[in-house]
Amino acid sequence: MSQKGSYGTIVGVNGNMLTVEFGESISQNEVGYAILGDKRLMAEVIRVRGTVADMQVFEDTQGLTVGGQVEFTDEMLSVELGPGLLTQVFDGLQNPLPRLAEQFGFFLERGNYISALPRDLTWDFAAVVNVGDTVMAGDTLGIVPEGLFQHRIMVPFSLRGVAKVKSIVSEGGYTVEQEVAVLETEAGDLSVSMVQTWPVKVPIRCFEERMKPTEQMITKQRILDTLFPVAKGGTFCVPGPFGAGKTVLQQLTSRHADVDVVVVAACGERAGEVVETLREFPHLTDPRTGKSLMERTIIICNTSSMPVAAREASVYTAVTLAEYYRQMGLSVLLLADSTSRWAQALREMSGRLEEIPGEEAFPAYLESVIASFYERAGIVRLRDGSIGSVTIGGTVSPAGGDFEEPVTQATLKVVGAFHGLSRERSDARRYPAIHPLDSWSKYPSLIESETLDLARQILRQGHDVEEMMKVVEEEGTAIEDFMMYLKADYLDASYLQQDAFNDVDAATSGERQKHVFDFVAKVLRTELKFQEHAEARQFFLSLTQTTRDWNRAEWESDEFKDVEKKLHQMLAEVTK
Amino acid sequence: MRKVYNKINQIAGSVITIQASGVAYNELAEITTDAGPALAQVISMRGDNVSLLVFAGTRGISTASEIRFLGKQLETSYTPALLGRVFDGSGRPRDKGPAMQENMIPIKGPAVNPAKRIIPKNMIRTGIPMIDIFNTLVESQKLPIFSIPGEPYNELLARIAMHAEVDLLILGGMGLKYDDYLFFRDTFEKEGILSRSILYVHTAADPSVECIQVPDTCLSVAEKFALDGKRVLVLLTDMTNYADSLKEIAITMEQIPSNRGYPGDLYSSLAARYERAVDFEGAGSITVLAVTTMPGDDVTHPVPDNTGYITEGQFYLRNGRIEPFGSLSRLKQQVNGETRGDHRQIMNTMIQLYASARDSMEKQSMGFRMSDWDLKLIKYSDRFESEMMDLSVALPLEEALDLGWKILSDIFEPSETGIPTRLIEQFWPRETAKVGAAPAE
Ligand SMILES: Nc1ncnc2c1ncn2[C@@H]1O[C@H](COP(=O)(O)OP(=O)(O)OP(=O)(O)O)[C@@H](O)[C@H]1O
Ligand SMILES: [Mg+2]
Repeated sequence: MSQKGSYGTIVGVNGNMLTVEFGESISQNEVGYAILGDKRLMAEVIRVRGTVADMQVFEDTQGLTVGGQVEFTDEMLSVELGPGLLTQVFDGLQNPLPRLAEQFGFFLERGNYISALPRDLTWDFAAVVNVGDTVMAGDTLGIVPEGLFQHRIMVPFSLRGVAKVKSIVSEGGYTVEQEVAVLETEAGDLSVSMVQTWPVKVPIRCFEERMKPTEQMITKQRILDTLFPVAKGGTFCVPGPFGAGKTVLQQLTSRHADVDVVVVAACGERAGEVVETLREFPHLTDPRTGKSLMERTIIICNTSSMPVAAREASVYTAVTLAEYYRQMGLSVLLLADSTSRWAQALREMSGRLEEIPGEEAFPAYLESVIASFYERAGIVRLRDGSIGSVTIGGTVSPAGGDFEEPVTQATLKVVGAFHGLSRERSDARRYPAIHPLDSWSKYPSLIESETLDLARQILRQGHDVEEMMKVVEEEGTAIEDFMMYLKADYLDASYLQQDAFNDVDAATSGERQKHVFDFVAKVLRTELKFQEHAEARQFFLSLTQTTRDWNRAEWESDEFKDVEKKLHQMLAEVTK
Repeated sequence: MRKVYNKINQIAGSVITIQASGVAYNELAEITTDAGPALAQVISMRGDNVSLLVFAGTRGISTASEIRFLGKQLETSYTPALLGRVFDGSGRPRDKGPAMQENMIPIKGPAVNPAKRIIPKNMIRTGIPMIDIFNTLVESQKLPIFSIPGEPYNELLARIAMHAEVDLLILGGMGLKYDDYLFFRDTFEKEGILSRSILYVHTAADPSVECIQVPDTCLSVAEKFALDGKRVLVLLTDMTNYADSLKEIAITMEQIPSNRGYPGDLYSSLAARYERAVDFEGAGSITVLAVTTMPGDDVTHPVPDNTGYITEGQFYLRNGRIEPFGSLSRLKQQVNGETRGDHRQIMNTMIQLYASARDSMEKQSMGFRMSDWDLKLIKYSDRFESEMMDLSVALPLEEALDLGWKILSDIFEPSETGIPTRLIEQFWPRETAKVGAAPAE
């Protein structure tokens, strides 16, 4: 790495890319600041050739000149890890946006940076190790309460080998920068505070083993949990054309998923959507904890009008924070909307570097970059035996809504579940507009597979009949076929579709899903005695209507039980 | 004194390259040509090689033309004296008024801190039922009008401008036909709204690249007025011309295109503009309506496609009407709960019935047998199209809702509409409710 405080000279400017001549050595992904008057604009080394480095600037480059100075920092692009991350709203480089607003007003003027963790807050630290104990990277030294959690203060993840605790502070309040322990390491004494920094592009690997994701992460969205489940530590993607419902689905998941911590990465999308989360979460109660949803949430917000290079950084910032909380034995969900914007940021930079382009001008390494991002998900056993997980779900915004494009294809190769949204379904207002025939998941569902196979088969056959009926009149369809169509439509309309704007229907617990699906499966299995098309259609119309009422009734309420009874009666009356 | 350069090494498309030093990125320069001074901006620097984009195009520029750097960025004047004025794409007067030099502001600005934004909550009334009832326009919203060439999209913009309850209108024309420019100017004048409007109009007769300043100019001026507490409506037409200029520059710069010749950063470029739509906490707002013509009526074309991913919904203008199915205001639910108790119901019911009517018409065209219900639906669809969808219909929201009830009750029984009893009792027109479905007309 370069000497701290070494300098380079700008020899080229092209959009947000600088070409910089440097004297001493520098390293890939090292951070430097371009000096512009009294402003310092943050940038990252992305390519080194001979004595020149190409750097992407995380700010607008207007006004920079050839001959201008760049100051290197000897540090890779990193984030701060410590108590106080939860509830915060950061930009892609971990600047806290509300505090930027307090200090600088309406606009994000370039060159303004604020440290992520407040320096003035004190945290109640209680040691869990004693002087003389042997520790390794990631081991817990002490804990501080942070909202809902016991936040672990850990041995810096960068420590190599073992160390001995030389001193540790007594119980009491400390700020993040105060020394809480001194460790004796091979390289000498190491002072430890409650904050450590970690380079965002390097995964945190302080765990015993990575396990297979099998435990389901309940999202309370029926079509997901039943048909296309996600496991804790797994990965999923949500591609779909514009307006199909990707963001709404992620917002629902961020509210209802049964995980400890949610990291929301708004990456190159609309600011207005983040504002909704930002303003609403503090007032929404998390049914798991009874506290505000904000207490388990971190928002990383690099919206489309914010600098493009920071968009690329934002997904890495988000996943690093997720890994940090995983190290505390927590289950963490990372939602990124939209990974396509991040891929586009890569494309822009690759174009400026004049690299040989792949399909649609995306860089040839797109696939490996996407793969290594999703690889940072996983469920792990930590050294103390506790289990932590990072689950990653990303939306994809394919050009023209066509899933054959490079980002969707690269993502599909590496994820464990595919929740594909269809324009056809969203136009018909069948929300969530996940296509029940095209989507898939490799994770186990809360419903046993035999029943699911039946449901899938009926959906497929019903679809075929529907296609057929477009050319033959309804009356001309055989009654058995017509019934298949009606059953498929019933499953779709009364179970797979879910009303996001009804308080009860918006979230269905796992227990309730099992219960309701039991009945739905019974309808699918039952042979019905209809002879007439109109009669059958009428029956299913009212069965759908009643099942929807059931969905809107509070779980186990009297109303719920009444409607359930009525449904069973309705079915009994028409059973063969 | 700044150095003057007079040796151009390369001229290609709208871009020239010279050798110069001490130049700042995005700095402006003035080029002396036989036809007078031309403005240019630094768009890339490599060692001493500096490339500049000449807004008026490079026609007539010689290798010996004089280039003087101005030490400033693109800027425009911001003053209340702008009201009622008409400028060209570069901010020069198109009317007989004076050139504006006072209080110059940069046309490119930093993004608004999301923490300072608020959730939009005010409806903008337009008097067009297809908007007000079905896809309500909301203050601070950014919405494109997707349309094919030949549709009356400029008439629609002008109509919205006439009725919209805002403090200020800013019109940005890009590649506008001269006749359309005159249409806007005359309509604004006739309707008496010119005095609270500012027009920046680049016409099809002007050098094409010059239009890339238009959105930034409009939006930076709008931003200042909004910070001053004003509710500003920005009308842009046509953003596809803007995108085509970006494409032209990218190709000249030999950038690798991503999709049908458009540059890879098209999304970012469009988003940077649209995202300036905002509701400032404790101040005014900017609402953006932007015409986006779709080449070949293809919504997957890169310009409408990228736009759809950025904006908060879209209006489809097709056959002279705002198409109810593809059109969507993503912010409507923020406001349509507070207008009148029947607003959401009328919105949903009328669209559902219209969708069913389409199915019936499809059946009819396939030669399938028509039931009484099918015939009713078709009758309904005729009235819906002529009395609601037609763009000449101008009604305040409340009257439009009443008209909705009238049409429904003329044709259907209450139970056929699926409207909850509570609303039927309150809103279903009395005379017809008693006698059931009255024959229409
Ligand atoms: N589950 C749902 N229930 C009801 N309405 C929905 C649902 N999902 C989406 N919508 C409607 O569709 C609109 C667009 O949804 P959303 O913003 O999630 O789309 P998107 O796929 O994220 O689009 P983009 O790619 O442009 O960001 C919403 O504003 C809402 O009106
Ligand atoms: Mg979205």
